[in-house]
Amino acid sequence: MTSIDIAWLPVCRDEVLAPEHGVAVLLPGGEQAAVFRTHDGDLHALSNVDPFSGAAVLARGIVGDLAGVPMVASPMHKQHFDLRTGVCLEDPEVSVRVYPVRIEGGMIMVGSP
Amino acid sequence: MPRTLVVVGNGMVGHRLVQAVRERDQAGAWRVVVLAEEHRPAYDRVALTSYVDGWDPAVLSLPDNTFDHDDAVSLHLGDPVTSIDREAREVVTASGRHVDYDALVLATGSRPFVPPVPGRELDGCFVYRTIDDLDAIRERATQAVAARGGRRSAMVLGGGLLGLEAAKALRDMGLSPHVVELAPRLMPLQVDDGGGGLLRGLIEDLDVTVHTGTSTEKIVPDGDRLIARLSNGVELDLDLVVFSAGIRPRDDLARDAGLEVGERGGIVVDSNCRTGDPDVYAIGECARVGDMVYGLVAPGYAMADVVAGALTDSHADEFTGADMSTKLKLLGVDVASFGDAHAATEGAREIVFADALAGTYKKLVVSSGGETLLGGVLVGDATPYASLRPMVGRALPGEPAKLIAPVSDGGGVGVDALPDDAQICSCNAVTKGTIRKSIVEDGCADVAAVKKCTKAGTSCGSCVPVLKQLLNACGVEQSKALCEHFSHSRAELFEIARVTGIASFGELITKHGTGRGCDICKPAVASILASLGNGHILDGEQATLQDTNDKFLANLQRNGTYSVVPRVPGGEITPDKLMVIAEVARDYGLYTKITGGQRIDLFGAPVEDLPAIWKRLVEAGFESGHAYGKALRTVKSCVGSTWCRYGVQDSVGLAIELELRYRGLRSPHKLKSAVSGCARECAEARGKDFGVIATENGWNLYVGGNGGMMPRHADLLVSEVDKDTLIRTIDRFLMFYIRTADRLQRTSTWLESLDGGLDHVRDVVVEDSLGICDELERQMAQHIQDYTDEWAAVLDDPVKLAKFTSFVNAPGTPDPTISFRPERGQKVPVMLGTPGVRT
Ligand code: SRM
Ligand SMILES: Cc1cc2nc3c(=O)[nH]c(=O)nc-3n(C[C@H](O)[C@H](O)[C@H](O)COP(=O)(O)OP(=O)(O)OC[C@H]3O[C@@H](n4cnc5c(N)ncnc54)[C@H](O)[C@@H]3O)c2cc1C
Ligand code: SF4
Ligand code: FES
Repeated sequence: MTSIDIAWLPVCRDEVLAPEHGVAVLLPGGEQAAVFRTHDGDLHALSNVDPFSGAAVLARGIVGDLAGVPMVASPMHKQHFDLRTGVCLEDPEVSVRVYPVRIEGGMIMVGSP
Repeated sequence: MPRTLVVVGNGMVGHRLVQAVRERDQAGAWRVVVLAEEHRPAYDRVALTSYVDGWDPAVLSLPDNTFDHDDAVSLHLGDPVTSIDREAREVVTASGRHVDYDALVLATGSRPFVPPVPGRELDGCFVYRTIDDLDAIRERATQAVAARGGRRSAMVLGGGLLGLEAAKALRDMGLSPHVVELAPRLMPLQVDDGGGGLLRGLIEDLDVTVHTGTSTEKIVPDGDRLIARLSNGVELDLDLVVFSAGIRPRDDLARDAGLEVGERGGIVVDSNCRTGDPDVYAIGECARVGDMVYGLVAPGYAMADVVAGALTDSHADEFTGADMSTKLKLLGVDVASFGDAHAATEGAREIVFADALAGTYKKLVVSSGGETLLGGVLVGDATPYASLRPMVGRALPGEPAKLIAPVSDGGGVGVDALPDDAQICSCNAVTKGTIRKSIVEDGCADVAAVKKCTKAGTSCGSCVPVLKQLLNACGVEQSKALCEHFSHSRAELFEIARVTGIASFGELITKHGTGRGCDICKPAVASILASLGNGHILDGEQATLQDTNDKFLANLQRNGTYSVVPRVPGGEITPDKLMVIAEVARDYGLYTKITGGQRIDLFGAPVEDLPAIWKRLVEAGFESGHAYGKALRTVKSCVGSTWCRYGVQDSVGLAIELELRYRGLRSPHKLKSAVSGCARECAEARGKDFGVIATENGWNLYVGGNGGMMPRHADLLVSEVDKDTLIRTIDRFLMFYIRTADRLQRTSTWLESLDGGLDHVRDVVVEDSLGICDELERQMAQHIQDYTDEWAAVLDDPVKLAKFTSFVNAPGTPDPTISFRPERGQKVPVMLGTPGVRT
């Protein structure tokens, strides 16, 4: 982790986010995160903005895996992003920001710098 | 200064010659003048009988037949050549045109032979060779039906290949045909007695009356009808007669110009297709080469290539004879004959399997010791033809009987057994070696690629099964796996879900797949589950399988907003309902546009506004139009007989009924339909997955049409049926497609990928050859009964409604990246900067 302090933002109750769903989160500075839960219960948070189209839609993509890598498919033009790193599987030059995410007191929390 | 090539005749072979010359003449040495007797540019005469399916001459057109964009070719239609002056090297046409030539190619084809039967010149007697001939026959048949109604009858004089084709055409026009053949069996040239006997039985089962071993003594008029008296004493009362007693080469121009013609007709040429005059060539059915006249198109194409080579190249090929094998489907009966079908070779022996019950007859002709295949006849089931034909004249891999024995290990001959120079596609003279090279060296990975690269399989199509075998033999796996998570095809997964009753993706992938799924298998399985009727598509786990459009029951737009399309069945809408749409659009600030599907699209709704918009629409009696789903979209209509002065049926009424019947039906790809009130076809029904066109007597159903990237006209599945039959046939057709198509395969590509194509579909959904029609109908009835509006169901369910928010932590806040600007009085999206992107 970096030396910058992370502010943790409560997002929603844990049970609101069912497996293989995503939700969009508005962060204090106007950025948007997309929080996903994979089939095994793990949480991931990426930027909600699809870098190829510029539309804030990643939270609405299909969650699954490709060659074992947990991924979300952009609903716009179907590029896939590694949920752990934000790297685009078709074009590793492109990636989206990853946010830290955790559960605290039954709430999903997203960290923003 | 280019020299002038004059081509007389714009039939199949003449056209092939012009194409071949234009392809090879890189230097521009030739200017080509084509003089044609017929009034339409070259068309596919081999497929003439299919003209009856839709009476659309455009369907028969040969590719690039107008030369609109080629200045080097001038095509003169409807202006036959009347004489040749070889001294002056010029031809003269009926309109008085004089054209000088440096080279002259005669491609005048042949004319039907009409035996000297008294009465042959009467009104109501026809031949069967051109589109005009068929139009004339149709007119006569229509008049007869109009005058007397009921089922009218016709006679075909001649029971050869063309005679049986003519009988098929007459039957498809709704007439009862009699076929009269002088020889003791049908198709005497191709088939032996055993095969002919079986063929007769199969053809009589199809309401064609066969009279063999008898001739026609005379035809006499009886009012506006004709009476034919046969030599065996039978009298036939007829509306029309078609002569199909063989063909004669059209060699009179050449004869008049002093060129040599054969004793039994045909312009005599050498193996370079040259006549005695070195500047004059003859090709196709009018030519006699090696003392043979060929009545098939493939040898004609080979001759065209020889002459094109001679005109453009110094070292030209020679014409060395051709394969006279034929395979055809006559009235749905497969018949094939190849090589020495009649065992004329010294010492030849025959091996025969006949199964009267199954309606199949198979004969192989082999050399005296049984080591070489010489020829054969197949009736009823011609499957082995594609692999047997290339083996003719070659050593057999094993015991000959195995090749056609009823229980053999699937087809008999493996392609492996064939040497590289064996001809696989006889229409286009493509060898196994050439096809293998295209696969191994040029990387062709599927049948389509092989077709494009080698031309094999592009004419009659009978060699396509062997192309598939060759791809497999070369190790090109034709993978049917849906994606990395399932090794099954969509059709297989459908069967698994249907038979096992598995109703969740989780269970399906655990039992039959690997991993967790992706954006390919999830929506495909979601669609299968929906087709099998598993409740609302957003219930439980199903919600995680849907593409964004289905997940939000609306279409995603470029800026992340959605469009909303209410159903407007058949395109019919009241002013009051129009006002509701207008008010909703105004109140929610939506851009409105009339779609290409006869309804109205409302664009620019953010996800959190969707439920409120639907609520207003649903309250006014609207429902989801499924513009977002791989499902039935619209059934377009024309105004039809209610208003239109040409309409013969109520097309709007039927379109509404069909749209309400099939609304919500999930399928491998979207489904579109249309109904036109008469043959003018204002609703463009033939561009649809299933299209209906009204006739005076009922409805014609067309299937497999497509607009979009690869447009395709739909094919006629059934004609002039009543409404109940129509709807039953559509029910079956749609369910059969839903069961068996691949993911994202429209009906058009599905139809083309099926072995047996349209005929197979007709067998299954009309003749019920698989015995599944009851079940298909039951499945459709279930769908209709279970249908509910997907929008209303969301409005009624708080759990589903909760998903329609912009931000889970700030539900009321609009997405700040969405903004609009005005254009032509409405709003359109503006793409803002995108915070949070790092590249
Ligand atoms: C709205 C409309 C254009 C318009 O403003 O008129 C339209 C819009 C879209 N069409 Fe279309 N098509 C529309 C009529 C057509 C037609 C004409 C027709 O249906 O009569 C065709 C050709 C006919 C055909 O499909 O055979 C047509 C051929 C396509 C294709 C190519 C299909 C193909 O098989 O080649 C696609 C791509 C696809 O589906 O994969 C497509 C896909 C699309 C999508 C869904 C693209 C997308 O994924 O976003 C567009 C989004 C619709 C939206 O946001 O609401 N659209 N599209 C029309 C909606 C009709 C309706 O009321 O439902
Ligand atoms: C119903 C039917 C089914 C058939 N099925 C098959 C099949 O399954 N397989 C197969 O291989 N073959 C089949 N054939 C045969 C095939 O159509 C012919 O072999 C092929 O069309 C021959 O081509 P061609 O160019 O030599 O003659 P055509 O296609 O007949 O063309 C000759 C053209 O020359 C024109 N012409 C004649 N004289 C003049 C003149 N003086 N000036 C200008 N133009 C002139 C004619 O009007 C005609 O348009 C079938 C034929 C028919 C009728
Ligand atoms: S298809 Fe026929 S009935 Fe329908 S609008 Fe056109 S002309 Fe009229
Ligand atoms: S044999 Fe006719 S297309 Fe190949």
